[in-house]
Amino acid sequence: MHQYTAKIREIAKRLLESKEVDVFIGYRKGSVAMMNEPVLIREPGKVGLLHWDSNCGLNLCNYLTRRTGRIGIVANGCNSRNIVTHIVENQIKREQLYIVGIPCTGVIDHRGVQRAVHPREIVDVEDEGDSFVVKGKDFREVFKKKDFLRTNCSVCRHRNPVLFDEMVADPVEEQKEVHPYADVESIEKMDPEKKWAFFSQLISKCIRCYACRNACPLCYCPTCFVDESKPQWVGKSIDPTDTMTFHFLRAYHCAGRCTDCGACERVCPVGISMRQFTKKLNKDAEAYFGWEAGLRSEERPPLDVYRPDDYNDFVR
Amino acid sequence: MLKGLVEHIGLEPGRLQFSWISSAESTKYIEVAQSVARNVEALGPATRLVKRRAEVG
Repeated sequence: MHQYTAKIREIAKRLLESKEVDVFIGYRKGSVAMMNEPVLIREPGKVGLLHWDSNCGLNLCNYLTRRTGRIGIVANGCNSRNIVTHIVENQIKREQLYIVGIPCTGVIDHRGVQRAVHPREIVDVEDEGDSFVVKGKDFREVFKKKDFLRTNCSVCRHRNPVLFDEMVADPVEEQKEVHPYADVESIEKMDPEKKWAFFSQLISKCIRCYACRNACPLCYCPTCFVDESKPQWVGKSIDPTDTMTFHFLRAYHCAGRCTDCGACERVCPVGISMRQFTKKLNKDAEAYFGWEAGLRSEERPPLDVYRPDDYNDFVR
Repeated sequence: MLKGLVEHIGLEPGRLQFSWISSAESTKYIEVAQSVARNVEALGPATRLVKRRAEVG
């Protein structure tokens, strides 16, 4: 068992028994390997379900939106930044939360693991220090975790939570010398034809299931623009123009808010790297406003406020 | 940031332009409208993010 798991269970039990929280939100091991799922625990007797390992790739912030009562929640770096964003956007109050901080060393890219052992079927994947063990019916292989990190985790600069009430362990060392926007820069160098071809190819497999939107903690509107029919903002078919419109508009709704948690890519059934849209916005938010989402709760996000020195060279 | 994103995905620079023109600035309005038209004519007909008919199949 991961050392964090025992600690999370212990904290959750204490919080629920003392009625400090009404519900505790964490992860439990999924029924399929590498697919840990969110779980909401209300009874101290059920804390044994809670689990932590390198496959907790969904964002728990989705379960906070406008929830009432006192809530305990586990949060690593990116999830904690989404909690800050939720607080800033008035979706939850800080006083309602007891945040159990996770010093995170990244989430494994489950698709990469599947490719590595293909075509054998994976039954279980377990953390073992800096490595993880992949087990199947008649095989057992050990891989280094750093070789299989999700691309957002490998360039992560905020592994430790920015907001917490209690940590499950000492903070981990933050990654230095990472170049989070190297891929965006390589696209920026292309001419418009190449860019269009790149993004058209990128989303060509999209089946418009909206899993990326559903997994995104920023997408909490009661009615999403894609579901609205009066007026209908975007075509609902898988016509390439409709699909492109959906993707760039969905991304734009995350401008200055995205923490690059990677939940969208993780849940995509066809493996689209839609973070290429949001990463461009993250890069620009940082370049134009010195802003990374979810680091500060006392400051309004850049797209929410006017400042006389906002860049406006593009306006004539 | 919207302009940055739309041009990042491949819309030709020049097709999307922003300006702030007061109702009292008729000369500026004419200048901007003419220059937008010139830019767009130079780029030719739009093909990106334009849906003529559904291409589903």
